[in-house]
Amino acid sequence: MNALDLSELARTSGEWLRGSGPESDIVISSRIRLARNLAEFPFITRASQADRTQIESVLRERILAIQESGELEYVNVNELHGIDRQFLVERQLISREHAESEGARGVAINRNEQVSLMINEEDHLRIQVMHSGLDLEAAWEQIDHIDSLMAEKVAFAFHPKLGYLTACPTNVGTGLRVSVMLHLPALVLTQQIDKAFRALQKISLAVRGLYGEGSQAMGDFYQISNQITLGKSEISVIKQVGDVVPRLIEWERTAREFLVKESHENLHDKVARAYGILRTAQTISSEETMHLLSSVRMGVNLGLISDLQIPLLNELFIHTQPAHLQKLRGVELDTADRNIERARYLRRHLNKDNGDGESAN
Amino acid sequence: MKCQQCNKTATFHITELTKGKPQELHLCEEHARHYLTQSDDEPAVAPNLAGVLAQQLSVGQTAEELARLDQRMCPVCGITFYEFRNQGRLGCPHDYVCFESELEPLIVNIHGETEHVGKKPANYPEGTEHLTQLIRLRREMGAAVDEEDYERASQLRDEIRTIEEAAHKKNG
Ligand SMILES: [Zn+2]
Ligand SMILES: [Zn+2]
Repeated sequence: MNALDLSELARTSGEWLRGSGPESDIVISSRIRLARNLAEFPFITRASQADRTQIESVLRERILAIQESGELEYVNVNELHGIDRQFLVERQLISREHAESEGARGVAINRNEQVSLMINEEDHLRIQVMHSGLDLEAAWEQIDHIDSLMAEKVAFAFHPKLGYLTACPTNVGTGLRVSVMLHLPALVLTQQIDKAFRALQKISLAVRGLYGEGSQAMGDFYQISNQITLGKSEISVIKQVGDVVPRLIEWERTAREFLVKESHENLHDKVARAYGILRTAQTISSEETMHLLSSVRMGVNLGLISDLQIPLLNELFIHTQPAHLQKLRGVELDTADRNIERARYLRRHLNKDNGDGESAN
Repeated sequence: MKCQQCNKTATFHITELTKGKPQELHLCEEHARHYLTQSDDEPAVAPNLAGVLAQQLSVGQTAEELARLDQRMCPVCGITFYEFRNQGRLGCPHDYVCFESELEPLIVNIHGETEHVGKKPANYPEGTEHLTQLIRLRREMGAAVDEEDYERASQLRDEIRTIEEAAHKKNG
């Protein structure tokens, strides 16, 4: 690299976390990605090291030539340290697969981290645009424009009947994946989440959530995305996802109102305890952190906690992950030390107004 | 319960909610993290893909036919159908042409459709198959040079140049 200083980046957070987009109390982010391959080269699995190097250089030059949508900075992922690669993964700027593979590869990122272009991932090029809140149309406009600019000078593999050709047949056609990340703690608490998912599966949308020991998704975050990429235009897929999200939002809001009305003390207690633990713990795992931050986040949105802002909470979800903690601290830490550092980091950021934050260290 | 990918205790139980039945995964923290970030934007399709393929192929085909199908090879990138079946990833854009009839039922199974609707690249709405053939032509030219068959090599070089120049004009 290294025009882009990752340690500098670690102290900030991406545009998509600013928590100011439409419906951002429930919708964390809207993400669109396009998969593209150069017609003149084999797909990654059959590409030689020489092919990969050439693919990387053709695409890198084209990316640096377009320079639209803010300044794009190029990061040579192959030359990065393990922690720096994981840092980009936590940041959602590259995929885990991209971080861990080998050979010539890189990513171009714009300053506000809305745009990333991964070279030599599963496909030669993966363009991603991520916006805060529910903002799919604007994200599509932006990614469509970048893709068209790229295609002015490079030939993407295309078949008149099958569309854009991808390494995996699951992406053939538009190469489009539209994902919306939602925070649904009240649907989880009121045990309606499975019902919501069954409804989505019926219209072939995929839902993912991470389940811990019990039945609760880690942080109550769920990602909804399309599975079908062939036979449906980009606009109609975006519309399908965009139409279903407001219904989920409505459902979550109804569940929140129900909780406020029917079990206000229990809810307030849960939120207050979560906040209390996060402000005082001396060692804490990332799973517990996610779980508690989720309750606090809902508490803020329901007005049960008044001295916290959503952007700070969104940032804490990212900054308390392993590579971020280590970048922010500037040293490598094992799990036990990370848990101590995480607790310290949380105390410092959640006790700011009371003036006891620094002394808590 | 043990992690499905190593011997550690499975502390994460992930339910993958894609088409059909929910699929349960039991993983240790490390493998769960890996799984979730790796397939961040991909619903875990690779195993499903293999399953669908296996199912399709076992229908109406004898072992002998299957073995013959597995050996079929793409003339452009050299991937065999067996390799594709195993890794779930194709080798080059031409595979969609040379394995067309094998891929079609798979594609229908995944997408329910067989024809693209939507954006087309402005320069190549008619497709890029001729450019993909460059992969083969360049390799053959290298081989002809190695074999000191210079007549063939120069023929191939001309063919490559024609395609490249046409593309160059298009891409300005
Ligand atoms: Zn494991
Ligand atoms: Zn091939």
